[in-house]
Amino acid sequence: MPIEVNGKSFETDEEGYLANLNEWEPDIATAMAAAEDCDLTDEHWDIINFLREYYEEYQIAPAVRVLTKAVGKRLGKEKGNSKYLYELFPYGPGKQACKYAGLPKPTGCV
Amino acid sequence: MADFETPQTREFPIIPTIVEGAMSHSAPFLASEEFQTDMGFPSGEETGQLIDGWKEKFLELLKDKLGKYRSLQVFMDTCVKCGACTDKCHYFIGTADPKNMPVARQDLLRKIYRRYFTWAGRVFPKLVGAIDLTEEVIDEMYSYYHQCSECRRCAVFCPFGIDTAEVTMAARDILSMVGKGQKYSNQIIPKIFKIGNNLGLPEPALADTLEGLEEEIEEETGVKVRMPLDEKGADILLVTPSADFFAEPHVDGLMGYAKVFHAAGVSWTISSKASEAANFGLFIGSYEQMRKISLRIRDEAKRLGVKRIIFGECGHAWRVAYNHLNTLAGPWDFLDQNYPIPQHILEFTKDCLDRGILNIDKSENDHMTLTFHDSCNIARASRIGEEPGSQFTIPREVIKAVCNNYVDMAPETIHDATFCCGGGGGLLTDDLMEIRVKGAQPRMEALTNVVKDSGVTHMAAICAICKSQFTKVLPYYGMTMDQIVSVHQLVSSAIILEGQGEDNSDELENGDETEEAA
Repeated sequence: MPIEVNGKSFETDEEGYLANLNEWEPDIATAMAAAEDCDLTDEHWDIINFLREYYEEYQIAPAVRVLTKAVGKRLGKEKGNSKYLYELFPYGPGKQACKYAGLPKPTGCV
Repeated sequence: MADFETPQTREFPIIPTIVEGAMSHSAPFLASEEFQTDMGFPSGEETGQLIDGWKEKFLELLKDKLGKYRSLQVFMDTCVKCGACTDKCHYFIGTADPKNMPVARQDLLRKIYRRYFTWAGRVFPKLVGAIDLTEEVIDEMYSYYHQCSECRRCAVFCPFGIDTAEVTMAARDILSMVGKGQKYSNQIIPKIFKIGNNLGLPEPALADTLEGLEEEIEEETGVKVRMPLDEKGADILLVTPSADFFAEPHVDGLMGYAKVFHAAGVSWTISSKASEAANFGLFIGSYEQMRKISLRIRDEAKRLGVKRIIFGECGHAWRVAYNHLNTLAGPWDFLDQNYPIPQHILEFTKDCLDRGILNIDKSENDHMTLTFHDSCNIARASRIGEEPGSQFTIPREVIKAVCNNYVDMAPETIHDATFCCGGGGGLLTDDLMEIRVKGAQPRMEALTNVVKDSGVTHMAAICAICKSQFTKVLPYYGMTMDQIVSVHQLVSSAIILEGQGEDNSDELENGDETEEAA
């Protein structure tokens, strides 16, 4: 199921995750979010950008505590928890935010 | 959020009126050629397409299994259609689909067995409910054998002890081998060998994650509690589900194990190459995969020179470890024979509590009233401790030792009659959300009733799959995701470490005064 963004077509898997991480561009995230009735704010972009940076370094999405800690450091302690992340990404930061960031879906017992 | 209706919970369980074909549309994503190949399984030209000669291959594999596994032969021959199992499956109760009655699900394979392997079925198929093997039959098997979590509740009530789980495993293995593997499991298993765990969490990320958790414990308690990785010469190798590193509430349990080890003064380590307790080889019914996954634990135990192996909170991992670790990856003659091989983290913690070496303040958990969800694989397919039934008592005793408020759910829903969380056996994937939510109905009903009647606020579990599943399905039933907790999370909250709350915690030495724990 490819998605169309800016006149280009990008391959995705059955669940809409980008097939090729390197093809990612910000407009893909916007388009994926729009399809799920989600308007991306600066707060969303903070998370998406962190996920991409972390993935680049470690080849995996960050564990939940790594993410909440990083968010807490950047945006203040009151936001360093999964409640804040779920407010931004109600389908789960691990899955929804990873999808917008072009990362593969975390697999396993999670 | 969902294009299906969440079942109601009621004051008393009601056996549903059957709805034919209610879940016939349900099937998980099929494994693509890439994932099939990674597993050494064949694939047709397109994803999920049957291989050339699939019918002969199917029957040949079934024949092989009937010869290899006496149990399967007995299960195929024995059922007398008494009906005792019909209303015992959580997937039947939650979906009302009669094919989710365990007997009907088994019969998908049994009808084929009768047609090709019994005299009566070969000569008078219609008289004995035998049918031809067709593509439609294969598709139906793929659907309904992925509406079974291999939890064995039906087997408890079967007068012959027919184990649907084993039938499901056999069917799934054969389906994989004719081109119909499941994406979720077959995508995950190769990561164990390439990276070390189901998540695909590489060593540097794991090291970074553990370091962050050490900091978190120190910020909270003022005590340096180590979470060692790949440390040669440690006494204990902790093998735990990788969800413990990654997700909530799992990670709070992991910090609990670390605090218990710290307080007991034992040396321990996690291995990056065996940073996964889960063994999905069980789910897909592949003995070969189960063996390969188990062998890497052996390799790592030898490489690191440990004396003991302890498993973290993971249901099916413990089922494999408790029953099969010796057959699959033994002999374990190089480990210390004075301790159980392998040992469960709850056995370790229970022993520490009994010997009074943990300093516990139960009031730390006073804001909660707990109940306990017996994980199917631990309740019905293994044991914790040495006494019959101690897999039921030990988790409860540990919870009660660290919490003041505890209430059990209805007796027909706990111990060996426990209901599966709804996400076990390789079904914990988003493409099966409908069956997961519906299959959780009996557990959610029992929980809702103790919430209403006894003021229960949280449910504790000892399985990574249960925890993830409940995190997802609790909101469908009007509860919140944080109402599911890890048992060692409760231990973690109540334990007072030596030096905790004091100033200058940096100068404290790490529990080297305490004696070796059993």
